[in-house]
Amino acid sequence: MTDAVVDYDEALQTYDPVMGLEVHVELNTKTKMFCGCSTVFGAEPNSQVCPVCLGLPGALPVVNASAVESAIRLGLALHGSIADWSRFARKNYFYPDMPKNFQTSQYDEPIVYNGYLDVEVPTESGDGTEVFRVEIERAHMEEDTGKSLHVGGATGRIQGAEYSLVDYNRAGIPLIEIVTKPIVGAGTRAPQIARAYVAALRDLLKALDISDVKMEQGSVRCDANVSLRPVGTEKFGTRTETKNVNSLRSIERAVRYEISRQAAVLDAGGTITQETRHWHEDTGITTAGRPKSDADDYRYFPEPDLVPVAPAAELVEKLGGTLPEPPAQRRKRLQSDWGYSDLEMRDVINAGAVDLIEQTVAEGASPAGARKWWTGELARRANVEGRTVEDFGVTPAHVAELDGLVKGGRLNDSMARQVLEGVMAGEGAPTAVADARGLELVQDDGALEAAVDKVIAANPDVADKVRGGKLNAAGALIGQVMKELKGQADAAKARELILAKLT
Amino acid sequence: MTDYTRMTAADIAAALAAGETTSVEVTQAHLDRIAEVDGDVHAFLQVDAEGALATARAVDEARAAGKELGPLAGVPVAVKDVLATEGLTTTAGSKILEGWVPPYDATVVAKLRAAGMPILGKTNMDEFAMGSSTEHSAYGPTHNPWDLDRIPGGSGGGSSAAVAAFEAPLAIGTDTGGSIRQPAAVTGTVGTKPTYGGVSRYGLIALASSLDQAGPCTRSVLDAALLHEVIGGHDVMDSTSIDAPVPPVVEAARKADVKGLKIGVIKEISGEGFQPGVKQLFDESVQLLVDRGAEVVEVSCPSFEKGLAAYYLILPSEASSNLAKFDGMRYGLRVGPEGVASPSAEQVMAATRDAGFGDEVKRRIILGTYALSAGYYDAYYGQAQKVRTLIARDFAAAYEKVDVLVTPTAPTTAFKLGEKLDDPMAMYLNDVATIPANLAGVPGMSIPNGLAAEDGLPSGFQILAPATKDERLYQVGAALEAALQEKWGGPILAQAPELAGKADAR
Repeated sequence: MTDAVVDYDEALQTYDPVMGLEVHVELNTKTKMFCGCSTVFGAEPNSQVCPVCLGLPGALPVVNASAVESAIRLGLALHGSIADWSRFARKNYFYPDMPKNFQTSQYDEPIVYNGYLDVEVPTESGDGTEVFRVEIERAHMEEDTGKSLHVGGATGRIQGAEYSLVDYNRAGIPLIEIVTKPIVGAGTRAPQIARAYVAALRDLLKALDISDVKMEQGSVRCDANVSLRPVGTEKFGTRTETKNVNSLRSIERAVRYEISRQAAVLDAGGTITQETRHWHEDTGITTAGRPKSDADDYRYFPEPDLVPVAPAAELVEKLGGTLPEPPAQRRKRLQSDWGYSDLEMRDVINAGAVDLIEQTVAEGASPAGARKWWTGELARRANVEGRTVEDFGVTPAHVAELDGLVKGGRLNDSMARQVLEGVMAGEGAPTAVADARGLELVQDDGALEAAVDKVIAANPDVADKVRGGKLNAAGALIGQVMKELKGQADAAKARELILAKLT
Repeated sequence: MTDYTRMTAADIAAALAAGETTSVEVTQAHLDRIAEVDGDVHAFLQVDAEGALATARAVDEARAAGKELGPLAGVPVAVKDVLATEGLTTTAGSKILEGWVPPYDATVVAKLRAAGMPILGKTNMDEFAMGSSTEHSAYGPTHNPWDLDRIPGGSGGGSSAAVAAFEAPLAIGTDTGGSIRQPAAVTGTVGTKPTYGGVSRYGLIALASSLDQAGPCTRSVLDAALLHEVIGGHDVMDSTSIDAPVPPVVEAARKADVKGLKIGVIKEISGEGFQPGVKQLFDESVQLLVDRGAEVVEVSCPSFEKGLAAYYLILPSEASSNLAKFDGMRYGLRVGPEGVASPSAEQVMAATRDAGFGDEVKRRIILGTYALSAGYYDAYYGQAQKVRTLIARDFAAAYEKVDVLVTPTAPTTAFKLGEKLDDPMAMYLNDVATIPANLAGVPGMSIPNGLAAEDGLPSGFQILAPATKDERLYQVGAALEAALQEKWGGPILAQAPELAGKADAR
């Protein structure tokens, strides 16, 4: 059964949405949170495990210092306070994917508290952008659970499954959970702000180089709490928590859907049930999960197997010196350096090509050339094939080399595209591909001139039109010349020559 | 022919070093003794004759080849079944782990192996170390070698009984509230609970993580020091392990001198409520120390009285969480619920835990789950942690005035099997003198100080020292031991009745 929804704009006339976003980030440390096991994604199930992450009797955890450093760096980048003394706690509940039947997490003593992240969103009038500040309540460290695979049911959920398999490779992967304060005042832009916040957080994590930020692999997972209150009132409504929304687009859609759904319930005089909800990517709706109350009792208590995490002030200061330029600031600087328009820069960002272009320019390409290749052919292919521009084996050095070949006059655009295909096919670097494929513009002016003469002679009608001032007609002649020279001619040069002869 | 089972570990080590005997001969002698008497004592859950002899042979060969060996190389040892032993079943005295073979060694076990000490087997214990009598073992009780109808103490009754019955010269125990010291007291043996963090807990199946500590069970103070030195020290696998060298315990045990030392008698634990014979022996021992040049000072530790209550909140709380992993999903016992065709994971977990845990374990899991529940946490767990702080303060204040504190180890001598089984409160009271040390993380030792007048059974004398000053236990313990043995004309176990065992049948 599908829930009733009201039109989004209509809902926003009556209700004011309040959001709370919880983002789980898998860190890219080499080893797990509490043991020395590898964290590489995609290994044979249960091959990256040891007595500690399997929770075998007697095994003990030891905190991964590099995960703590990642948490501190993130905290500083979020303008947060770093606790000079924080502790791990045990969150007790039974579930087969959790080897100890408790999760080692942080409870009331997190490592990071009170921060904020500024995100850029369209103004309410839609005629520009403005900065919206999302306040951060806390960021804490914890371990991931194993991964259950429920086999035999229709839904892939545990209900109705015949049996379940558990892969503990993921158990113990370091996570940081970043929790916002209630996001109020978002109004109609709530879905966009939710999306922009996760996008900005993702960019920050990437700039800090503390996570792979691959949402599709689950290395960034967002839970969206949404509640509605009548416009003009203060008291928060009852919230729902939509779990595991794993793409930027889905976050926007899920928040939007939840607002419409809750508005329909409230409009009909109903009450919102405090519960977790599942997001369905295919149908674009959420469905009820398990009821969640504030009385969920995880029997938290301080983890007695670990000593408190008390980072020295010198360490925090040292890590503060390793923070990258804030992503938004960096983008502004690069846009100005490269001379891109706002639109061009947006395309570059959407294609995920900022770093690639920066590296390509560093390799000697022109900003315009670098943008053309990364957001043109490569982005198109990536889009069609559902991959990222980085997946094709093409490096910034390749693109810079290709750009150089075009600029140097060896290749024209269509030849350059062929060379790029060769690079993608693993045939080697651009020059080698061009050599192997025999791609080279005809540099011999004599050969070009001979071809031009031949084409003019063979097409007296067209030649006459050009002579008569219809310069556009020269295009047909250029095409013939290109054909004559099997595409290996410089079209601009051919045009120049034709016009010189006929006008 | 020399009976190596009657010798101390130090003497065995000397004989091995002098080439008077071999580890194989010594190990075999103990295996023979186990075969002879363990049917009566039931100190062992498992004997690993093959593994022990293989280690013994390897050590003998190494010695013959002139390799440098540790001081206890070739001396056999028994290990409480709560420590993980790679390739050797480890049950923690519970049905829920029946047949579980760990794929790894506890750090303590790894250190024993590295020291070339043959591991004779795994000793009996109260299930998950919950108890003071070893009667809560899922595999049947251990019997006190002094009187087979009596308890050997607990939870490490197996380790102490094995040492007292001459089945092993050395054993490893673990002490959460007295599980090394109280069994030592009632079996006439020596037991040390080192400073919390002094010995790695990695591979020790946790009862209460903030209280558990492994330590030596022996027949002499020097032996305890030698074994303490083998198993102690920093371990990167245990975050709570102290990053400092092992205190100079062997040196202190050899010194055995108390001249000028200040010894504190705790007003609140000086004999009231203790069996008269136990109290009398305690007073005599204090006098012996005075005779040897120590100064006795009475100190007050008012918070100790609340120790038992705090302990029975902290322990069950941590245990309820530590024992959650035993759910039949990954290892150990798995039981399907009756009459359910296609049970869920949750149903299997419930049925497994119902069938696999004994009553005492269930009692403490329920207590701990309750104490940690939202709304009760502050009143129970939170309050108990405050008491813990107060107890630590009492210790700190006392150690401003004295070098060590002394008490009787246990209120009574060994009671009869079954006597307190249905009275958990009476059973818990056994630990009243030993618990404060665990709550504060300070080291403690029990040494035998005589046979109580009314029943002729051994009594224990407890010495407590400040954290990381474990050497003081050995200094005082060895001095008192020397004074007592001078009086007795030999070790106390020489007065123990001979175990008939299979000798009768011969």
